[in-house]
Amino acid sequence: MRVFMRFLSAGYALAIYGFIFLPVVVLVVFSLQSTAFPIPPFTGPSFRWYEAVLNDPRLTSALFNSLAVALISSLVAVALGFVSAWGFARFMLPGSGLMRGLITLPLTVSYLIIGMGLLVIFNMIGLPKNLLAAGIGHVVINLPLCFAIIYSQMGDHQINIERAARDLGATEWNVLWLVTLPIMWPAIFASLFLSMTFSWDEFVISFLLTRFDTTLPVEIWNLLRSGLNPKTNAVGSLVFAVSVVAAIILELILLRRRPA
Amino acid sequence: MTEALVEMKNISHSFGRVSVLNDVSLAINPGSYTVLLGPSGSGKTTLLSILGGFLIPRKGSVLIRGVNCTMLAPARRPTTTVFQDYALFPHMSVGNNVGFGLRMKGVVKSERDRLAQEALVIVGLPEAFRKKPHQLSGGQRQRVALARALVVKPAVLLLDEPLGALDLKLRRQMQDELKTIQKQVGTAFVHVTHDQEEAMALADHCVVMNQGRIEDEGTPERVYAKPATRFTAAFMGESTLIPGEVTSVTGNAILVNTAFGAFPIVAEAAEGTQVTLAIRPEHMRLIRDSRSVTFGSALVTAVIFQGSFKRVLAESTSRVGFFFIARIPAEHDVAVGDTVTPCCHIEDLIMLAK
Repeated sequence: MRVFMRFLSAGYALAIYGFIFLPVVVLVVFSLQSTAFPIPPFTGPSFRWYEAVLNDPRLTSALFNSLAVALISSLVAVALGFVSAWGFARFMLPGSGLMRGLITLPLTVSYLIIGMGLLVIFNMIGLPKNLLAAGIGHVVINLPLCFAIIYSQMGDHQINIERAARDLGATEWNVLWLVTLPIMWPAIFASLFLSMTFSWDEFVISFLLTRFDTTLPVEIWNLLRSGLNPKTNAVGSLVFAVSVVAAIILELILLRRRPA
Repeated sequence: MTEALVEMKNISHSFGRVSVLNDVSLAINPGSYTVLLGPSGSGKTTLLSILGGFLIPRKGSVLIRGVNCTMLAPARRPTTTVFQDYALFPHMSVGNNVGFGLRMKGVVKSERDRLAQEALVIVGLPEAFRKKPHQLSGGQRQRVALARALVVKPAVLLLDEPLGALDLKLRRQMQDELKTIQKQVGTAFVHVTHDQEEAMALADHCVVMNQGRIEDEGTPERVYAKPATRFTAAFMGESTLIPGEVTSVTGNAILVNTAFGAFPIVAEAAEGTQVTLAIRPEHMRLIRDSRSVTFGSALVTAVIFQGSFKRVLAESTSRVGFFFIARIPAEHDVAVGDTVTPCCHIEDLIMLAK
């Protein structure tokens, strides 16, 4: 009976992980296909589709666009999130509770609504559809996240630490640079990487707000419209690999700060 | 008397509509150890925050070395604070923590390391320089916080309930060391606490605060033995309190009439004033001698053995519900149910006007 239960629970675990990871495994495996269709039987391994991806200027430029948008929009989101968290945590502001609620509200709004809203506004003010518009969209969706993470780590116990620094002659700039930022860096790094991964594979907003130069997920979607081929698998695998690396870096940062 | 190092003049402050300080004036002498003592909500921490520059008072002024510092930021006034939670910089080594104030003053690295190490020696932590704060015990962190505040040579060092987070034994030990360090460096210390034993052990100048006002101030010996107010008498330790009325005044002596008789006392009060006579438990005797004044007879209701002494509660036989509190030597033989004669020397009667 016990053996049977163990067998059952192992099977259940296998089913869950299979359900989550099988699509990814299939994607990665058939990106190594040497023939023209990503369907069984497996004919690889071969890197010809990766070569094709890297030789496709539209895909490579989309890849760099995505990296640039992810990095820049995340840096902006983290900077704004940090400053607003600092403001809420350190100063008595009128209607603080309501304003904190408002700043985190976009977390619950669908990307589609945010994207459409931005599209309407950008139309009104005459900002063309481009990577800048998409970047602004990514700041809008990632700022609440960065704010929430950083604000949650900016505890009251740090108030006295900052006061101590000021008491010992530190200017506000010194307090921020030598005390607050170093203490906060795990939260800042975590929110930076998290928003980079979100921006990296965000589709809806990029789709609505870009036209000629676009991000990788949108370019992949363009590619898919002409049907499946191992090239889409290869580029998908690359996207996945970047996300995995970001996730690992994030885990390492979060794990490292636990003993302290 | 030397010129005061710090003068706080007519300070009033309130949080919203709640008044926390009410026209408080305080002078601090160079090299003194001042203790602000009071229950929570008495305004002692607010007064310290105003002195440290973390709060700007609604009214009044703060002069340090004759300079008006009322509006000056903490960074720009010659005070440093040891916080209750130590507030060490968790990401810096102990040496860099202690050297932080010097770094802000632009002292070069080698010099500030040398001074930081010196300060660590003073507080008894010569080996901690390279450690991180989280590797230290509570008492050690406390010392680091003290070294960090001392190393910049402030005019006044402020300590906000510095021993509050330590256990009793460590607290008494740190208390002795604080006093020794203060005498060694000669900096004026201002220390906030609600523990009257701590206050008496440390203070040169003891300031008792209650409800935003200074109730009494002076040497701890004076404040304990001759408290100015009823609150001070109660806060500095228990006493037997006998209500009475001043019935006659002759020269510098008054006669106070109470339920236990009339007592002549050397004090100033107008005829007809309601006053309270207080007797400290160690002055209350249960066996009369030739110099004693007595308070009728009383029935012992409780004897509590407390090591070096016994605490005795005795109920008056003439006034039911009135208790005398005495602290008598442990070898003294008293049992519950005994009838005793509570009495004291006339000079141990403390008259409290308020």
